[in-house]
Amino acid sequence: MINAIKLWGRYARQAVRSQLQYRASFIMRVFGQLVLHALEAVVILALFDRFGSIRGWHLPEVLLFYGIAHISFAVAEGTARGFDIFSRLVKSGDFDILLLRPRSTALQVAVSDFQLLRIGRLAQGAAVLAWGMLTVNVAWHWTHLLILLSALTGATCMFYALFVFQATASFWTVESLEVMNMFTYGGVQTTQYPLEIYQKWFQRFFIFVIPLGCVTYLPVVALLGREDAIFHSPVWLQSAAPVMGVLFLLASLYLWEFGVRHYRSTGS
Amino acid sequence: MKPYWAIFKTRCAVMLQYRTAAVAGFCTQLFWGLILVMLYQALYHSSSGPKPMTLPQVISYIWLGQAMLLVLPWSNDRDVIQMIRDGGVGYELIRPVRLYGMWYSRFLATKVVPMTMRSIPIFLIAIPFLGLQPPASAAAAIAFAIAMLFGIMLSTSIVVCMNILFFWTVSGEGLSQLLMVFTFLFSGTYIPLPLLPDWSQPLVDFLPFRGLMDIPFRLYLGQLPVRELPRLMQGQCLWIIFFVLAGHLLLRRGLKLVVIQGG
Repeated sequence: MINAIKLWGRYARQAVRSQLQYRASFIMRVFGQLVLHALEAVVILALFDRFGSIRGWHLPEVLLFYGIAHISFAVAEGTARGFDIFSRLVKSGDFDILLLRPRSTALQVAVSDFQLLRIGRLAQGAAVLAWGMLTVNVAWHWTHLLILLSALTGATCMFYALFVFQATASFWTVESLEVMNMFTYGGVQTTQYPLEIYQKWFQRFFIFVIPLGCVTYLPVVALLGREDAIFHSPVWLQSAAPVMGVLFLLASLYLWEFGVRHYRSTGS
Repeated sequence: MKPYWAIFKTRCAVMLQYRTAAVAGFCTQLFWGLILVMLYQALYHSSSGPKPMTLPQVISYIWLGQAMLLVLPWSNDRDVIQMIRDGGVGYELIRPVRLYGMWYSRFLATKVVPMTMRSIPIFLIAIPFLGLQPPASAAAAIAFAIAMLFGIMLSTSIVVCMNILFFWTVSGEGLSQLLMVFTFLFSGTYIPLPLLPDWSQPLVDFLPFRGLMDIPFRLYLGQLPVRELPRLMQGQCLWIIFFVLAGHLLLRRGLKLVVIQGG
C-alpha cells in the first residue's frame, strides 16, 4: 500500500513536470478552463438575479453546492484521466502490457495520465466556495469545516468512482461508453443545485443508484442546519452520508478487478 | 461548385457511420434537457412577477436547444488540425480547388449530418412527451427553418476560422477556446437569452452567437414575430460575411507561415 502511494506520487510529480514544459501554452489553457467554468457561475448569478431564490434556497447556499461540485469534479477529472481514456488501451490491446507488470492494474491505469490543466476549474470552484462561505448565514465552527471537508472528499471519491465504472464497462463494450457522460458531467450539473429542487424519481436516482446526493446535498443540509426536504433524515445521518462516496469508490474498484478477470485481449 | 458539392457529399457519407455515437449523444441530451427543465420549473415555482418568457416557452426553448445542440461551432476537426500540424496541408494545396471553399464544404457536412441525426429523434420525443410546443404557426415554422439554415452557415464560418487559428499553435488554441466559451453563454444553449439581465440585452443582440440558436428558437416560439425575419437575417448575414472574410484573411496569413518539410 505504502509502496503504491509512493509510486502514485512519483508519477504525479512526473506528469506535473512534463506538463509544465510548455509554460505559456499551459497557463493559457488553464486560464481558458477557468473562464469557461466561471461562466457557469455567471449563469447561476444571472438566474438568481432574475428569480431571487429557488425553492427557498438563496444564492450563498447554492454557491456552496456549486463550489463543492466543481472542486471535487476537477480533482477527480484531473487524477482519473487514465480511467477516462482507458478504452483506448483496450481497443489497441495495450492493456496486455499492464497485466505483465507486478503492480495492480488499477494503480497503473490511475497513474497513466494526469491533467494538471483542471487546476483552472479547481481554482474557480474554490473561489466560488469561498465566496459562498463568506456570505452564507453560518457561524463557522470546526465541525462545519469538518462536514464540508468530508463532503468534498466524498464527492471527489464519487466522481472518481464514476470514471472507474466507465473504464470497467469498456472491458465488455471495447468502445468507450459515452452514456456515462450523463452521470459524470450530468452529475456536476445536478449537484450544483440542492437535490430537493428536482422531481422525486430524480432525487431517488441520485441518492440510491448513484449516491451523489449523499455526498453533497445531505452534508450541506447538515451544515446549514436546514431540514432535509427529501427524507427528513436525522442530522447524524446527514453528516455521515459522505462515507457513501468512499464505499462507492471501493465498490467500483471491486468491479474493476472483476472486469480485469473477464478481459479478453483484442491484440494478436 | 461541383468539387465542393462532392467534398460535402463524401464527408456526409463518412459522418453517417457514427450512428452509435448518435444514440449515446441522444440519451445524454435527453438527460441533460430533463435536468434543465426541472431546474427552470423549480425557479418559476419559487418566484412570481412578470418574466420575459413563460415557463412553457422556456421548456420549449430548452428542448430546441438540445435538438439543435450540434449547430454550435464546437467541433474542431482533428484531421484538419493534424494536417496543419504535420504539414499535410501541403497536399490540400495541390488540389485544384480553393482551400477555403474545400474546408467550408467539409465542415458544413461535419455539422449538418450529426445535427440532423440528433435533432429528429429529439423532436419526435420532445413534442409529444416532454413539453416542446409545436411551432407557433406555419409561418413561424418556415421562419425557424430559414433562420436555422443561416445559423448553420454562420456556425460553419466560425468553425472554419477556429480551425485556421491552429496555424498559430499556442495562441490559436487559446483563442479558439475563448470563442467556444462565448458561444456557450451567448447562443442560448445554457440559459435562454431573454432571461439574462436586462442591461446585458443590447450586447447579447449585437453579438453573432445569438444567430446560432436564439433567433431561430424565438421565431419558432412566436416570441419574435415573423415580420422581423428580414432584419434578423440581415444580422446573421453580416456576421457570416465577417467570419468568411476573416477566415480568408487568416488562411492567407497562415499559409505564409507554413514550412513544408520533406520531398
